[in-house]
Amino acid sequence: MNNPRSIEMAVGAFVAAGLAALFVLAMQVSNITAFQRTEGYTVVGYFQNVGGLRERAPVRLSGVQIGRVSAIRLDQQRLEARVEVTIDAAYDDLPSDTAASIRTSGLLGEQYVSLEPGGMPDALGQGDEFMLTQSALVLEDIVGQFLYEQSGGGGSD
Amino acid sequence: MADLSPIDSEDVVIDIRNLVFARGGRRLFDGVDVSVRRGEVVAIMGPSGTGKTTLLRLIGGQLRAAGGQVDVAGEPVGSLSRRALYRLRRRMGVLFQSGALFTDLTCYENVAFPLREHTELPEAIIRHVVLMKLEAVGLRGARDLYPAELSGGMARRVSLARALALDPEIILYDEPFAGQDPISMGALMQLIRQLNDALGLTSVVVSHDVDEALSIADRAYVISGGRVIAAGTPAELRASDSDWVRQFLNALPDGPVPFHYPAAAMADDLRAGPKP
Amino acid sequence: MTAWLQTLGASTLASLATLGRSVQFLVRVAGGLDELARRPSLLVQQMHAVGVLTLVIIMVSGVFVGMVLALQGYYTLVDFGAEQSLGVLVALSLTRELGPVVTALLFAGRAGSSLTAEIGLMKATEQLAGMEMMAVDPERRVIAPRLLAALLSLPLLAAIFTLLGILGAYLVGTAMLGIDGGSFWSQMQAQVSFADDILNGMIKSVLFGLVAGWIAVFNGYDCMPTSHGVSRATTRTVVMTSLVVLGLDFVLTALMFD
Repeated sequence: MNNPRSIEMAVGAFVAAGLAALFVLAMQVSNITAFQRTEGYTVVGYFQNVGGLRERAPVRLSGVQIGRVSAIRLDQQRLEARVEVTIDAAYDDLPSDTAASIRTSGLLGEQYVSLEPGGMPDALGQGDEFMLTQSALVLEDIVGQFLYEQSGGGGSD
Repeated sequence: MADLSPIDSEDVVIDIRNLVFARGGRRLFDGVDVSVRRGEVVAIMGPSGTGKTTLLRLIGGQLRAAGGQVDVAGEPVGSLSRRALYRLRRRMGVLFQSGALFTDLTCYENVAFPLREHTELPEAIIRHVVLMKLEAVGLRGARDLYPAELSGGMARRVSLARALALDPEIILYDEPFAGQDPISMGALMQLIRQLNDALGLTSVVVSHDVDEALSIADRAYVISGGRVIAAGTPAELRASDSDWVRQFLNALPDGPVPFHYPAAAMADDLRAGPKP
Repeated sequence: MTAWLQTLGASTLASLATLGRSVQFLVRVAGGLDELARRPSLLVQQMHAVGVLTLVIIMVSGVFVGMVLALQGYYTLVDFGAEQSLGVLVALSLTRELGPVVTALLFAGRAGSSLTAEIGLMKATEQLAGMEMMAVDPERRVIAPRLLAALLSLPLLAAIFTLLGILGAYLVGTAMLGIDGGSFWSQMQAQVSFADDILNGMIKSVLFGLVAGWIAVFNGYDCMPTSHGVSRATTRTVVMTSLVVLGLDFVLTALMFD
């Protein structure tokens, strides 16, 4: 291996392998591909409670991912969570009365925004708002409600 | 001290005046004067530990003196900028005691090293120069060997070829004879003298091998205790009536330089017992 | 008590002096990097010694670390019914922490120690002094290419380590544990962010490369030129690099992933 040419070849192969590994990490392991798909339009939804929803969570329609949550903020006037979702530009024909709800994949899985299409002829566009939203189901609330109905609700019957 | 003949200052290549250098609290040099004229072979001798190697490093600018002046080719080594110092070093060659060959390069590449670093010569010319220098030290045939495959004497000769690669004006030899068998000792002695005369070099040989150093030197200095205690031609030194010089030149075990390292009296030491 | 205080003070001062020398040294070496632009072959040689020769241990370790992570992670995740998240677990662990850190530790053992020993022996055998006297600056000719090679090699090695670890986990996950390959990758892609995870991991490994290379070449350059001095410097390189990398990793993690 003291031959300068074979050393150069080995180093060249090493550098190429390192860069290739980085490239594969970027493309195959991380969501850099999703970054490139952020060319799309943004729709806003107001939720009473976003639960454990986080930025970059998927947005799905009929279970198919069509976008991502791009921002979550508190709207100080409405005192509600303002969630911006970026929908892929390919899906540009969603009815304008499409509803958004926050769901959980599985019992303990991550939360995502689920869209249910409505029936209006015109389409959602940049800066539009979801008219119907459904907040995240918070387990404690459901359990609390259930306990309340068992005790108080049962007595009024 | 023997009288030095008045020196024409034009001709002095290495001029050391009143040199002071301390290391670890000990004054290695305390007012040393050495001057080397163009074309001379000057031997600097002294017992081990007197800082002979340090003196070479001071001449080469690897160490800086605490006091006094070291001029090489008219330039004050101690106060040169880094750039000027490196320029000056190209005019010097140094033969280290160990040879200091690059162990991962062949003899050929070792000799070619300074040429590749300092010149843009094409490979064909580098090859010519390298083979010429190796021929001068008689090791052209060993060009493809690695330093580990050489004997100590051969390594020193390759190192000498490398020191000569850039055609220096001055060559400094650090203990060139230490640990050599008589044959390679003879070869090195002859090389130092012949190269000096044939190439018009100026040589400084630091050594404690008295006979060898004196037999090739034009002049010699004897250093001990941080001072030059004798200087002159070999004949003058041999004729010296100083006890010290006689002890050193004749290799007497005891004399002004004591056999024992300074210590408390032996009887006291034994009586004291181990330290708590 | 006073003796103890004195020892403490002396060793503190000595450490500070060493630190100061090493910073000066780094600055001088960084000033000598321009030489490499003129002579890239010096860098290529060192990339070979530092990078290529470390590749095998990095690759083997990467695969095994990934496989072990998959096994251990699976047994924990399966209790929560979340075994499909195995890919996420493995990928995040490797890209953020294990890739850069384990690579740097292995690098210190394989490449850092040999850098220190090589430079220390060059110093002990007067090769560095010889170079200086040949008017060749060893900081430019010997140190700078080795430092830069370490800086460039470590991120590449870490990327290879991380990728092979994930592949090892994929193999174990699909072949042994029966995880669906598709969800392994898709969950990973959904959760791993290029900017937050992979890029931060790369930044870490560049810094670790600087630290590992710096410690290795400085210890070699600063060692006592004896066989004992070289052996101590080599040990010190491995110990110091490991400690500094782990400490720095904690600080970087705290800064990056808050």
